[in-house]
Amino acid sequence: MKLRTFVWREIFERKNQLATSFVAILLGISVIVAIKNITFYSEKAVARELDALGANILILPKSASLQDYYTADMQSEEFPEEYVTRLASSDLQGLDNLSPKLSVPVETNGKKLTLTGILPKNEFQAKAAWQGAGVFARPQGCGTVDAPGLAPTAPTKETLVRKRVIDTLAGDEVLLGADVAASLGTKEGDTLQLLGKPFKVSAVLPPTGTVDDSRAFAHLHTVQELAKKGPVLNAIEIVGCCNQISKGLVQKINTLLPEAKVVTITQIVDTQIRTNQMMARLSSLFLAIIVLVGGASIANYMYANVFERRKEIGTLMALGASSSIVLRMFMLKALLLGLGGGIAGYAVGTVIAVTLGPRIAGVPVLPMSSLVLWALGVATGISLVASYFPARRAARLDPSTALQEI
Amino acid sequence: MLVMQSVTKTYAHRDKTIKALDNVSLEIDRGDFVSIVGPSGSGKSTFLLMFGGMLSPASGTVLIDGQSLYDLSPERRAAVRREKIGFVFQTFNLVPYLTALENVQIPLFLAHLSDAEQKQRATALLERIGLADRLDHKPSELSVGQQQRVALARMLANDPPIILADEPTGNLDPETSQAILDFLQEVNKEGRTIVMVTHDMRAAGTAQRTLRLVDGAIVNGHKATSQETDFPKGDAV
Repeated sequence: MKLRTFVWREIFERKNQLATSFVAILLGISVIVAIKNITFYSEKAVARELDALGANILILPKSASLQDYYTADMQSEEFPEEYVTRLASSDLQGLDNLSPKLSVPVETNGKKLTLTGILPKNEFQAKAAWQGAGVFARPQGCGTVDAPGLAPTAPTKETLVRKRVIDTLAGDEVLLGADVAASLGTKEGDTLQLLGKPFKVSAVLPPTGTVDDSRAFAHLHTVQELAKKGPVLNAIEIVGCCNQISKGLVQKINTLLPEAKVVTITQIVDTQIRTNQMMARLSSLFLAIIVLVGGASIANYMYANVFERRKEIGTLMALGASSSIVLRMFMLKALLLGLGGGIAGYAVGTVIAVTLGPRIAGVPVLPMSSLVLWALGVATGISLVASYFPARRAARLDPSTALQEI
Repeated sequence: MLVMQSVTKTYAHRDKTIKALDNVSLEIDRGDFVSIVGPSGSGKSTFLLMFGGMLSPASGTVLIDGQSLYDLSPERRAAVRREKIGFVFQTFNLVPYLTALENVQIPLFLAHLSDAEQKQRATALLERIGLADRLDHKPSELSVGQQQRVALARMLANDPPIILADEPTGNLDPETSQAILDFLQEVNKEGRTIVMVTHDMRAAGTAQRTLRLVDGAIVNGHKATSQETDFPKGDAV
């Protein structure tokens, strides 16, 4: 016989009394698991939609007047490309995608359009210093496109529209917005003359309903060279992590680039932040409730259990049980209660989240194995803390109570 | 050897001080079989609890094998009970959710014996008292007499040299009582010291010596006789 034999047998002997505490902790944990699970996928879904909107932080020359977010990079003023290096080599978190741009007006085949120079991603990656800065590493809890269970739906050639970056772009390649391609009657594979240089149309972008539809995109350094402007930019578009924006990312960029103007889509970001904060508060509220109600229920049950078993405890002590054995007996019971409640709470909460999540939040919800540890930690923590004082009372019980009936 | 030296124990009850033991001194030799008799409230339970290391005296000394019991820490006193003392109770005090075998295993588990050794020794003890076919029965599935026999097996589990018995025949029919007393005499002949609290003078008569407690004091100490088995009315609990 081992200590756990005692505990198991006693639990099953008086399982009805234990049921209330078990259900209390199970319900509490399941509600929090369900909220956390749904919130996680809801946040990812919202962030994914934000991601689809494009950049949410824009860096412009200090004196630029921002009239329209999507046309703001058509500025006459410029700033050095070195700003990109400063951003990339900084330790700022939450810079999901950097997209330096230089836009110049051009005319081809009698049509006026904007030629925007962009820097493909592979050129960032070629620079070791920038790699080290982790510009393209997606911080945990941020980013959106690769959220588990939410596979990207956009085809590769839409990457530029969605992420504001493109993986590769040769010096003689150009991407055409939908309107430009239509008005020029150009399709993929055609050749287009821009600023005296022939470009191969590598892709025609899908319509976006923005000014991007009337633009052509070429390699930044090619545009700089053709426009004879040197290493300068009109703007840097950033897909910033909303969580990091809420933690002051914009202010940090301002500090890093005091000569530039940093603007953000505050309304969208604020909405996301408010949603996140509301769910976090709700989760905290339930956590407080389960700590109070579940903890009180367990403590009450344990005190009653100690009182009911005082003769048994006294007998064990008369037979030579030390205080520590008695303490361990009750704490092991609390541990088993917490583990059982945590696992069952996780299971029930996950079923609730997966079943009701799509109806409540309108997003697909998948089980999150990481919540198992969280549920077990909280449930066992509450159970152990709530049981400690009753267990200590049992350990300090006067063994003479075993013989009081003489 | 069990020794009490000028032991006094008092309780406070509704502004009154009650003397449970009043300056008691006695010696119980190794291998002795002593019964303690006396009316209800005479201090019998206090006497047994003190020798069990579970109730400290207000004054005086309690010695087991020359060691002052209440100079030890509570943990060491628990170890003394584990190693030297076997208890048997009037209401048996079996753990209701454990089987007969597991109940007998308790002292062995507390002594950190291996599971296999616990089972082997507990089974042998239950066989000795004629319960080999009741190993997996819970107390509620056993008769009163069988429950007391399980308690006796548990009492002997750690092979204790001292046995403290609290009214071991109190809840039993005469036939079963006699069987229990015979068993106690048998283990006494093995060299164990037995201190038995009882109000049954027939039971007391099986002991080598009987101590009579009145108002916390020992009024005589001698071999019980058949005449004393007619306990005066009002003295019995």
